[in-house]
Amino acid sequence: MSAEAKGTGEAAREERVLVASQWRLIWWRFRRHRLAVVAGIVVLLLLLTAVFSDFLATGDPRASRAVRRHLPPQSISWFDGGRWSPHVYGIRSRIDTETLQRVYDADPAEKIPVRFFAKGEPYRLLGLIPAGRRLLGIEDHPTRTHIYLLGTDKLGRDLWSRLMYGTRISMSIGMVGVMVSLFLGVAFGGISGYYGGAVDTVIQRVIEFLRGIPTIPLWMGLAAALPRDWSIIRIYFAVTIIISLIAWTSMARVVRGKFLSLREEDFVAAARLSGCSEMRIIFRHMAPAMTSHIIAATTLAIPGMIVSETALSFLGLGLRPPAISWGVLLQEAQNVQAIAMYPWLMTPALAVILAVLAFNFFGDGLRDAADPYGK
Amino acid sequence: MLAYIFRRTLLACGTVLAISIVAFMIIQLPPGDYLTAYIATLQAQGDVISLEQIAALRAQYGLDRPIHVQYGMWMWNMLHWDFGVSLAYNRPVSELIGERLLLTVVVTLAAVIFTWLLAIPIGVYSAVRQHSIGDYIFTFIGFIGIAVPGFLLALVLMYGAYAWFGLSVDGLFSDEFIEAEWSMARVRDLLSHLWVPAIVLGAAGTAQLIRILRANLLDELRKPYVVAARARGLSLWRAVLKYPLRVALNPLVSTIGYILPALVSGSVIVSVVLNLPTVGPLLWRALLSQDMYLAGTIVLLLSALTVIGTLISDILLVLLDPRIRLEDRQ
Amino acid sequence: MEGLKVFFELDEGLVRAVDGVSFSVDQGGVVALVGESGCGKTVTVRAMLHLLDPPGRIVEGRVLFRGDGVGGVEDLAGLDPDGPRMRKVRGGEISLIFQEPMASFSPVHTVGSQIGEAIRLHRDMTQREARAETVRLLSAVGVPQPGQRIDEYPYQFSGGMLQRAMIAMALSCRPRILIADEPTTALDVTTQAQILALLRRLQKETGMAVIFITHNLGVVAEMADAVVVMYLGAVVEKGPVKAVYHEPRHPYTQALLKSIPPIRGGGRQRLATIAGSIPHPLMRPSGCPFHPRCPRFMPGTCDAHEPATASIASDHEVSCFLYGDEHRT
Repeated sequence: MSAEAKGTGEAAREERVLVASQWRLIWWRFRRHRLAVVAGIVVLLLLLTAVFSDFLATGDPRASRAVRRHLPPQSISWFDGGRWSPHVYGIRSRIDTETLQRVYDADPAEKIPVRFFAKGEPYRLLGLIPAGRRLLGIEDHPTRTHIYLLGTDKLGRDLWSRLMYGTRISMSIGMVGVMVSLFLGVAFGGISGYYGGAVDTVIQRVIEFLRGIPTIPLWMGLAAALPRDWSIIRIYFAVTIIISLIAWTSMARVVRGKFLSLREEDFVAAARLSGCSEMRIIFRHMAPAMTSHIIAATTLAIPGMIVSETALSFLGLGLRPPAISWGVLLQEAQNVQAIAMYPWLMTPALAVILAVLAFNFFGDGLRDAADPYGK
Repeated sequence: MLAYIFRRTLLACGTVLAISIVAFMIIQLPPGDYLTAYIATLQAQGDVISLEQIAALRAQYGLDRPIHVQYGMWMWNMLHWDFGVSLAYNRPVSELIGERLLLTVVVTLAAVIFTWLLAIPIGVYSAVRQHSIGDYIFTFIGFIGIAVPGFLLALVLMYGAYAWFGLSVDGLFSDEFIEAEWSMARVRDLLSHLWVPAIVLGAAGTAQLIRILRANLLDELRKPYVVAARARGLSLWRAVLKYPLRVALNPLVSTIGYILPALVSGSVIVSVVLNLPTVGPLLWRALLSQDMYLAGTIVLLLSALTVIGTLISDILLVLLDPRIRLEDRQ
Repeated sequence: MEGLKVFFELDEGLVRAVDGVSFSVDQGGVVALVGESGCGKTVTVRAMLHLLDPPGRIVEGRVLFRGDGVGGVEDLAGLDPDGPRMRKVRGGEISLIFQEPMASFSPVHTVGSQIGEAIRLHRDMTQREARAETVRLLSAVGVPQPGQRIDEYPYQFSGGMLQRAMIAMALSCRPRILIADEPTTALDVTTQAQILALLRRLQKETGMAVIFITHNLGVVAEMADAVVVMYLGAVVEKGPVKAVYHEPRHPYTQALLKSIPPIRGGGRQRLATIAGSIPHPLMRPSGCPFHPRCPRFMPGTCDAHEPATASIASDHEVSCFLYGDEHRT
């Protein structure tokens, strides 16, 4: 009939849709949300920054040079009289006659060339691979060795490099924390949803109780209780666990909710009736319906983790110097006077906001794409 | 319904009790105890204290007794309004907390009111005029509100006000009113300073509330009873405001239940940034100096506030939704 | 209704939900609107009252309504959808009752308050008077203990009882036309019979006109004087029930009537069905919308143009090339 006359175009397309796997379908749906795709790219960039922070930094983040305190950010000029010649200007310092403060001006007479992949102090990429070249740097100059893309802090440390390393710590805490929450959440949520009854009630009460405690005071209390003499690594993991202690409850609720609703679905009953064992039903039938949601929920939980760590470190209760995270960096931005005079100290805040926005949009896009009943 | 309220109240008391145990555990967490830190402080000041004195102090504070006895003593004291003494300030905790707790409640309440006053009209508009430009703008602003953490927002606002307007927006009172007695003038002064913390604290909650209200309302607007109401002769806006809004509002009342813990805890950090005379900065300084009795008490009080707020929201929900009310009776 | 067209502009394309529908209802008459799900019956009556969900729009056509007294005829389609005149018509002169009574009442308001609201919107009464009137209406439709029921919430009513309440609400302002959109589809058979009997009685008592939407041909036979058969937004046949049922002309009508399983008649027979299935609203067949499924399909004619209405008898019309050569432009 007329259906055959429609030709191969439509029929072929329908075929592709019918045989596409669940993941391909999710990918196609995800692609349509352009905002989510852009956010996904930003997330990827953040992750790459975290991995390659050694390379992206322009120097040692802990090197403090008192003579270079509170330098404003130096911008790179890319052209010199029409030629491609990236350079920064020299720095002159003088005492401002009005405020009696030391101010720094750019010295247009001194042009210091800047190179990509410049050779600088040797370092180890990811702490393992020895390397010598960084993304940007100054090579072979008699007086200047560093550029300060984001200025310096009160100890003369390069803020750009510190931001790069801070990205690594903050992002990784977010990831690790989310893994812990995921594990606890899936475990408890699964048990709760699957067995129901008394087990479910008990776990639910505990979850309600935990959610009713104001989190910040609780975290502050726990974090303050950490012994001062613990190494950075131990504090890092302790902070991660503290943050996850409440966060797993949301994951557990999502998992439990999904379990409960899926249990009632007809396809589960059908699987049971056709003779599948309980294990097979859980892993082969119910799990695929849940995985995509769990991935979306996990992604959406990351910004919360990052903000929590930032908040705790900002208050001096989480990571402490010499560890570097966005929160530690923001400690210097605590009072109005400081940021009024040195506004570049607030740039880590922008990094936090960017990360939170990116993960939120990305996670939203994932969740919409994963919902089998969505548009 | 009374049975429901009674049960809920009982549950709330149980929760506060459980939290008190958690708070007490937090107090006990740092190595050493109240006395070791106190002694360290004394010694740092150059005072000398003998072993007998230490033992006597231990006995006096019951620190040589088993943990559960200490807990019992702590709770007992609290019921008599004795919250212990702060080490750093060397004053009774109750004195320190006093007014600050009241202001914490005021700030939190202001944030809640601000949140609702803003969120409901915007949410309704966004739902009824879905996909309009206004809807997109509000959704975008709302997203920013959710994504930007409260204390960072406070930071940026402070910087903006200072750098561009020369305003100093921290604190809750002008200089002359800080230590003054309560009077109408002081209240007015407070109200004039209240808007900054209210906006900062309420931003995330407002954004969240708008999203929830918009989603709920969109669901309800599609339902037949809205068309039925219009088919009776009601105009679109009257029909929306009278019927689906009432239904969509119900879950909102329950959101107070979980927005409140977020608000209370958020207010702690924001208070630190904005330097408000609330409980937040006090807790922070207490924790930094490991002044654990002060800290633990504040944690307990904040949690109790939250639980009370949740209880009120649950009771309100029951009063508003006849379905729950009558289900219970049956 | 003259040539009503209601289109929905979706991202995926244009859906012509109602594509040139014309029919009329006389005072005191009962007209049934019949068709499969998705043929546009509900959209048609919603359009009458300007209750379309966006992005639906009335694109063309007139809805001529003779209101009370000597006012003459007005075109409802041209009125401001939310203006005072349209709001007066809704509920006051044309009432609409819905398929799912439980979903058509606000769950958080009492049934009495909702009926009372309808009364106070169109009749000049105080709250007390409205309440008394509500009680009277509820008992008139057969709700027991109306004085108590009036203060109850919708979920405390059974489906049938709530449908009666909805009928009471619809009749509260003595409308000229009652539109009943599948009022018994969600009810069990016994309740269905009761509601239909109630509607028949009330119609006779008040003399109002009724437009009855259903997909149940048996209900049509019971209730209606005239029937309008719709398919994919177009009227394929309309006329008096007896004429259409005894001598259906359009192949679709014939197939519909044949598909009713006979209550008598021998043993095990295959149920008659209509070949094919309803096309997706975005993939409308060219020409006559029924042609892909029509057993009397004439290539070159039926798929080229849409048939114009041909008259079989004075009040019996068909849209089919079997009965006329003219086509709509």
